[in-house]
Amino acid sequence: MTEGTAFKFGENVDTDLIIPARYLNTSDPEELARHCMEDADPTFGSRVKPGDFIVAGANFGCGSSREHAPVAIKAAGVACVIAKSFARIFYRNAFNIGLPILECTEAEEIPLESRIRVDLQEGVIKVVDTGKVYRARPIPPFMQEIISAGGLIPYVAARVKR
Amino acid sequence: MQRIPQTITEKILAAHAGKEYVEPGELISARVDVLLGNDITAPLAIREFERIGVPVFDPAAVVLIPDHFTPNKDIKSAEQAKVMREFARRQGLPNYYEVGRMGIEHCLLPEKGLVGPGDVIIGADSHTCTYGALGAFATGVGSTDLAAAMALGETWFKVPESLKFIFSGKLGPWVGGKDLILHTIGDIGVEGALYCAMEFCGPVIEDLSLDGRLTMCNMAVEAGAKNGIIAPDKKVEDYMRDRARRPYRFHASDPDAGYKKVYEYDVTGLEPCVAFPYSPDNVRPVSKAGDIKIDQVVIGSCTNGRMDDLRLAARVLSGKTVHADVRLIVIPGTQGIYLQALREGLVETFVTAGAVFSTPTCGPCLGGHMGVLAKGERAVATTNRNFVGRMGHPDSEVYLANPAVAAASAVAGRIISPEEVK
Repeated sequence: MTEGTAFKFGENVDTDLIIPARYLNTSDPEELARHCMEDADPTFGSRVKPGDFIVAGANFGCGSSREHAPVAIKAAGVACVIAKSFARIFYRNAFNIGLPILECTEAEEIPLESRIRVDLQEGVIKVVDTGKVYRARPIPPFMQEIISAGGLIPYVAARVKR
Repeated sequence: MQRIPQTITEKILAAHAGKEYVEPGELISARVDVLLGNDITAPLAIREFERIGVPVFDPAAVVLIPDHFTPNKDIKSAEQAKVMREFARRQGLPNYYEVGRMGIEHCLLPEKGLVGPGDVIIGADSHTCTYGALGAFATGVGSTDLAAAMALGETWFKVPESLKFIFSGKLGPWVGGKDLILHTIGDIGVEGALYCAMEFCGPVIEDLSLDGRLTMCNMAVEAGAKNGIIAPDKKVEDYMRDRARRPYRFHASDPDAGYKKVYEYDVTGLEPCVAFPYSPDNVRPVSKAGDIKIDQVVIGSCTNGRMDDLRLAARVLSGKTVHADVRLIVIPGTQGIYLQALREGLVETFVTAGAVFSTPTCGPCLGGHMGVLAKGERAVATTNRNFVGRMGHPDSEVYLANPAVAAASAVAGRIISPEEVK
């Protein structure tokens, strides 16, 4: 269970918004984190605190395959991205690098910058002020395995050693 | 045994998963024939790969191309390119293409015969879906997926549902693959094919050149698709004959295969299309563009940097001059295309008209270099994305169009149809 502020973004948040290509001449997570969501909300980087959330509409992470996008979000301290749906490459990338994400059809109803409590295991999102509860789609078992292994690379490394 | 009807996508995936057939939604582990990385995505993949502690499963299967920020645009980019170059040397990768011999990856791989019909290809670049035009299953992944597959020679997929797009009618002048795909994305939206395979077919596709088909499959990801695909035919056979590096295999969808949805478009009377900022689905016919003054035009990219595209642009620009207020940047997709454009006199046409003719690079498409936009500037580009800040300043704008519209707009200084070029 983790509690934080819900930073809200709209539909079709593309990877150029999450981390503009002008910063892709590095893959250093800390440096990428400094520019996370910069073109969507220039104040995000200075306001987001470890344990906060990104909440968005459909097709979050569309566009480029750049893994720098989930890396930047994770390094910015975001505990979980909650969206109505995710673009498929972003979806894979997030699990692979260990950034928790939840698909929730009612994500857009979560109030702007409200405090929310999220149970990742159960996929339950609770708005602290109102007590309103939202349910996310369960994480598929295969993705659970990747999470339990600590990401795709430890998962593969264990397999290669067997 | 009862025959189970399959789409082309399902057949290719089944063949690579060692199965008779697969079903949409099924999670499979599939063998990959080709794995691709570039100077932005490969360094991250290499870092992850080296944590696994095994060599590359098959050095010939891994293709690394410095194309995004190369020739190196700054010191950090140079360091990234160096990481990739040194890894290629260390692992003895024969398919690393250095600056001067490279091309934009999705133009280069087909040209070099590195990808072919029936292949499963993953690339740490979203436009990897381009190769579906050859009848391959090709899809973009992230760096960590690339790293894992470099070790294992396989990756996991959820078998996608397929959407079928049937194009009939007669294409008008100046209308091609770019317009067909923009029209389609405009219709279904940027999430219209989320997680799905987009299968393009019908008489218009059969008549379309291979370059036009590559443009269409290239932008499947702009509708959220996992892959775009076209059943291979004689055009593909002719293209592959002298360049294939490995045996290839033609697959086709069964007539009774299952689709999530079938779209039918009669494209007679379809005008050249323009996607307005800030989304590839914000599509209008060029006649409805209004009076949009522009500062820059980019002709090139993995979407429209092939011979057909350069010939089309040169036809419009021949004997014309680029508008005084416009910078026209023309970028051939590969060194091979560069040479062919020289031989055909196209480069002279571009330079005489007042254009820049560049070495192959993704450069401006993603706001990297070779044509970054300032605040408030507008560009018409034959590229694939017009998101906020895509080509530079967050307050700049990109209008996506075909090479003929881009060339015509460069002459006029505003978005116009090639029909209107005087």
